[in-house]
Amino acid sequence: MMVSHFTAVLIFSVCVSVVFGITQRSEARAMLKYGLYCFSLFVVGTIAASWVMALIKR
Amino acid sequence: MATASAAPVVVKNPNVGRAYGAFAAGWLVPGAGYLFEKRWVRGLLVFASVAVLFVCGLAMGGKVYSPNAGDILDILGFLGDLGAAGLYLLSRIAGWGQLPVQITVADYGTKFIVVAGLLNFIAAVDAHDIALGKKR
Repeated sequence: MMVSHFTAVLIFSVCVSVVFGITQRSEARAMLKYGLYCFSLFVVGTIAASWVMALIKR
Repeated sequence: MATASAAPVVVKNPNVGRAYGAFAAGWLVPGAGYLFEKRWVRGLLVFASVAVLFVCGLAMGGKVYSPNAGDILDILGFLGDLGAAGLYLLSRIAGWGQLPVQITVADYGTKFIVVAGLLNFIAAVDAHDIALGKKR
C-alpha cells in the first residue's frame, strides 16, 4: 500500500487519538474532547515540524 | 489508568482475578478487555483502532520483529509488537511482515505496528483498572 506521508499521519493520528481518548478519560464527552485535542495536536504538530525542517533545509 | 476528568470509583472488594482476566483478554485480542466489562463501544473502538493501525502497517510493508537479543532498538521493537499479542502471533504464523524494509513508507509501517502494540498495552491496562474499580 503506497500512501502519502500526510495520509500516513492522518491514519496514525485518528487511531492513536481514539485510544488515548478512551484510556485517558472516563466520561464519553471528555473522551471525545480529549481525542479531538490529541488529533489536532498530532496533525498541527506534524505540519509545524515539517515547515521547520523545510526552512532548515533552505 | 488514573484519569484527570473524574474521581476514581472505589470498589470495596474488587475481583482481582477478573481484573487480570480482563487484562489478559485485552492483551490477546484488542478491545476484549472492555468487552469483559461490558463496555461494548469502547471495545469495538479500541479493536478497530489497533487493528487498522496494525493492518495498515503490514500493508505499507512494515516489519514484524522476531524475538531477538541483538540491537536494543530491535529488542524494544519486538516488545512493542508483542503488545498486540493476538495480531502478532497471527502475523508470525502467516509469515506477514518478514520482508526487509527498503522504502520510507515501509519504515512508517514498522512504526505503525509497534505503536499498535503499545496502544493495546495501554488499553489492556485500562480494562484492568476498570475491572478493579479504579476507573469508570
